[in-house]
Amino acid sequence: MTLEDMLIGCLIMAGVTYITKAISLLLFRKEIKNTFVQSFLYYIPYSVLAVMVFPAILFSTDIIWSGLIGTAVALILSFFKRGLLVVSLSSIAAVYLAELLFRILL
Amino acid sequence: MRLKRGIKDGIPIALGYFSVSFAYAVLARKTGFPIWFPILVSATNFTGTGQFVGTELIAAGAAIAELFSAMLIINIRYTLMSLSLSQKMGSDFPLWQRAIIAFGVTDENYAVAIRQPQKLTMSYLLGLMVCSFAGWVGGTVCGAALGDVFPPSLMSAFGIALYAMFVAIIIPPSRSDKSVLFLVCISTAASCLFYFTPVLNTLSEGWVIIIASVFCTTIAALLFPRKEPASDQNTSKQETPNSQNNTDIAANDDNREDLK
Repeated sequence: MTLEDMLIGCLIMAGVTYITKAISLLLFRKEIKNTFVQSFLYYIPYSVLAVMVFPAILFSTDIIWSGLIGTAVALILSFFKRGLLVVSLSSIAAVYLAELLFRILL
Repeated sequence: MRLKRGIKDGIPIALGYFSVSFAYAVLARKTGFPIWFPILVSATNFTGTGQFVGTELIAAGAAIAELFSAMLIINIRYTLMSLSLSQKMGSDFPLWQRAIIAFGVTDENYAVAIRQPQKLTMSYLLGLMVCSFAGWVGGTVCGAALGDVFPPSLMSAFGIALYAMFVAIIIPPSRSDKSVLFLVCISTAASCLFYFTPVLNTLSEGWVIIIASVFCTTIAALLFPRKEPASDQNTSKQETPNSQNNTDIAANDDNREDLK
């Protein structure tokens, strides 16, 4: 990699990323009144997040078992409406402990 | 006050980001990039998956067109998010403020901002985004500087951080709202279909997110139109009490009756 490759690459990445983020914020400034579109925009984040999380969360760690345990911890804690930070840190701890245990046992 | 709320909401995101961008920087250094490169990318891009993939492509000597289209496909979901965010910002947001806010649109900032019950303000969004951006860049700097001495076992555990946060965002409303639960279930099913089916799993992540979420959300929006887009619409009615607006709302109510 030359310096030029890196700078041009970074410029393209930043440019494309900014355009995808900005285009609808800058162009669609009027409020949408259509019920279907309103419902669609209300629901879309839940769908996007669900698609991004499952099943990828299971494979987000080194071994599937720690991924399963971390996922279970996240599901249970958020079912009982714990905050984002609590859920996140607990899952990290669960994965870490699970992998530690596996290393000791195997 | 609003700024403070934004910062407070941004802290858990910043912590999650710190670990992810840390991992990103370590990976970039391992691939052979100089210390400044991941920091520059994090400071100018502020996006997760896109940065991982883009950096890999640059390392592999990919053509400009390939880098361009990969970034576009991965990031196109932001266009949907910005569109829905735009609806929560009110029409009195000046263009230059929108241009600044646009940079801070990320999956997490969006997910947290869109959950706010009231219209979004510049100070709230700025607090939220500056806070999470600090976590993002801070994690990258630390990762680039001391990635070599970081225990890999801890790295694996950090891999789950942001996913766990997403779970915490989608599960509570699924409990209280059956239509959200339905949507989360079919979205998960669709995602698994793309993930595990032989030919379908060759599709890139960006496309899967768009196809699956647009399809599933359309079904949910048709089956369960929101009965009370109330708070948003009422405020807008007060802000711009012109006849055009009112007829639109009336027509809107008719549509809703039809859908029932």
